[in-house]
Amino acid sequence: MQRYLIQRLLYTFVSLVGLSILVFILLRAVPGDAAVILAGDESAMTEEDIDEIRTEMGLNDPLVVQYVRWGGGVVQGDWGISLFTSQPVLSLIWPRLPVSVELGLMAMLFAVLIAAPLGILAALQQDGFSDQVLRFISILFLALPNFWLSTMVLVLGSRWYGWVPPVGYESIFSNPWYNLQQFTIPAIVLGTSLAASLMRMMRSSMLEVMREDYIRTARAKGLVERKVVLRHMLRNSLIPVVTLFGLMAGVVIGGTVITESIFSLPGMGRLVIDTINRRDYPMVQALIMIFGFATLMINLLTDLSYAWLDPRISYSK
Amino acid sequence: MTNSQEPNQTTLDGGTMAVRSDSERPWIIGISKALWNKPLGFWSFFVLLIITVFAIGANWLAPYGIDDSTGLYTAAPGFSHLFGTDHLGRDVLSRTIFAGQVSLRVGFMAVALGTIVGAVAGLVSGYFGGYVDQIIQRIVDVMMSIPTILLALTVIASLGADALNVTLAIGTALAPRTARVARGSALSVKELDYITAAHALGSTPVRVMFRHVLPNAAAPLIVIASVQLGTAIITEASLSYLGLGVPLNVPTWGNMLSGAGLTYMTKAPWMAIFPGLALTTTVLALNLFGDALRDILDPKLRGSK
Repeated sequence: MQRYLIQRLLYTFVSLVGLSILVFILLRAVPGDAAVILAGDESAMTEEDIDEIRTEMGLNDPLVVQYVRWGGGVVQGDWGISLFTSQPVLSLIWPRLPVSVELGLMAMLFAVLIAAPLGILAALQQDGFSDQVLRFISILFLALPNFWLSTMVLVLGSRWYGWVPPVGYESIFSNPWYNLQQFTIPAIVLGTSLAASLMRMMRSSMLEVMREDYIRTARAKGLVERKVVLRHMLRNSLIPVVTLFGLMAGVVIGGTVITESIFSLPGMGRLVIDTINRRDYPMVQALIMIFGFATLMINLLTDLSYAWLDPRISYSK
Repeated sequence: MTNSQEPNQTTLDGGTMAVRSDSERPWIIGISKALWNKPLGFWSFFVLLIITVFAIGANWLAPYGIDDSTGLYTAAPGFSHLFGTDHLGRDVLSRTIFAGQVSLRVGFMAVALGTIVGAVAGLVSGYFGGYVDQIIQRIVDVMMSIPTILLALTVIASLGADALNVTLAIGTALAPRTARVARGSALSVKELDYITAAHALGSTPVRVMFRHVLPNAAAPLIVIASVQLGTAIITEASLSYLGLGVPLNVPTWGNMLSGAGLTYMTKAPWMAIFPGLALTTTVLALNLFGDALRDILDPKLRGSK
């Protein structure tokens, strides 16, 4: 286990370095735009002035030098200065983090609470009425684009129920009731497609396990059905579901970008869109790095949780 | 559904699949016949066909042009304008049809790009193994650590937003997943006897890869491409909706939902409802079709429905 852990951590580290290179190249290969943006639209700036800014910002140095300088800063907690507000990037991102984390966690919680019981129900009643209905609903929700669903909820909600999402963000710690009013609907909308795919996975995974010999054995030795389902089927069918959950973390993170933009939640996802529109490259760089880092960490945790769920996997070679 | 006994395919990583080799008939006929027996798959194919026909024939089939004004502003859906008209008096049905053309083209090109790049990278990675494999897999890991829409956004942030860049961005974002699938297929066959035989007969590695390994990866690649087409279309729509996709003057399903579609949402909801429905229907049909295709092409999953 320990050896696997070290190997896995090493992989994650290599991926992180790769991520930083990818993000750096993608956003810095654009010829010296940052200087032009900083110079603004004023025609008073001559090409020479802009070039001076470029040299000042180090944009005229070779890419490798720039990368090492930027990467060194990142390690030391200096992620650069926003081109738009001239404040340190991290100090701008930091306050936004709780919003995205809360939204993501709530969406995942909602998805699990809905998907797990429904998936089990569908599997236990395979090809029955509720199974058919659930399968249809899940495949429909997989196809519903997140942004369209959000728009419909917003518009129809205000039209029919006079529901308007509260403006002005309040933290869950300072004003829990207000905060939940603000987050519940967006989180549910964000969680629907996740719930749909989790339910499908739960169902097929349960169906696979139901046919195993040890389930028959469990019944044969006289276990009550509830115990067969909960202790033998559920636990064994969780592994593929956990894998999917890890994979879906990326989808949720991507989804926060859209959901936060539509429901005007001041999170990191909305910040990405704002900063791309302003071409504030240091901010975009930092945000993509953080999102990628989060995904890599979730994948790591997913892999490690297999060992806990399935004692057969011990990772000791 | 388990009427025909399939030979048990054992694959190395358990997740890949191999095409049956027991039939003599051309594969396309085999697939069509199997599809006929899957009502959901068949109907979704039928729906996709209709959508494609409308997209390709938009110039002839759409009752009005993209920017033609009908003189009626925000008119509700009715017999003369099935989907209503928008704030500039344009026929929403016609615009939805034209938008389908752009959305499908961007989606299709992006998937083609992602599949070609991903398949080549994945085959090379799985077939040659060693350092090549390690390097390609680390790149794939990194790319997969960024969610599809964010990776696409990053590419657009550096290239700028227009139809071609959106295609490139989505294609780039899809490629790593295809590479994973192609690599798995390559791994599952590269130790088999017929590959060794091909080597013994003096085939070059490149020839073996494309003539013998690629056909084995075809089935899973087709399945993942059909699912990715749905992802690509939704991603394009999302990007356009966020104002970072296809420019607003070109109608796409995503564009029609943003901007004026949003502003007029309460007054003329049909402006946003119908493009959204078209988008959902297309993606739904693609998902169902992909499901059916996977059942047909993957003997391991057959009968486990």
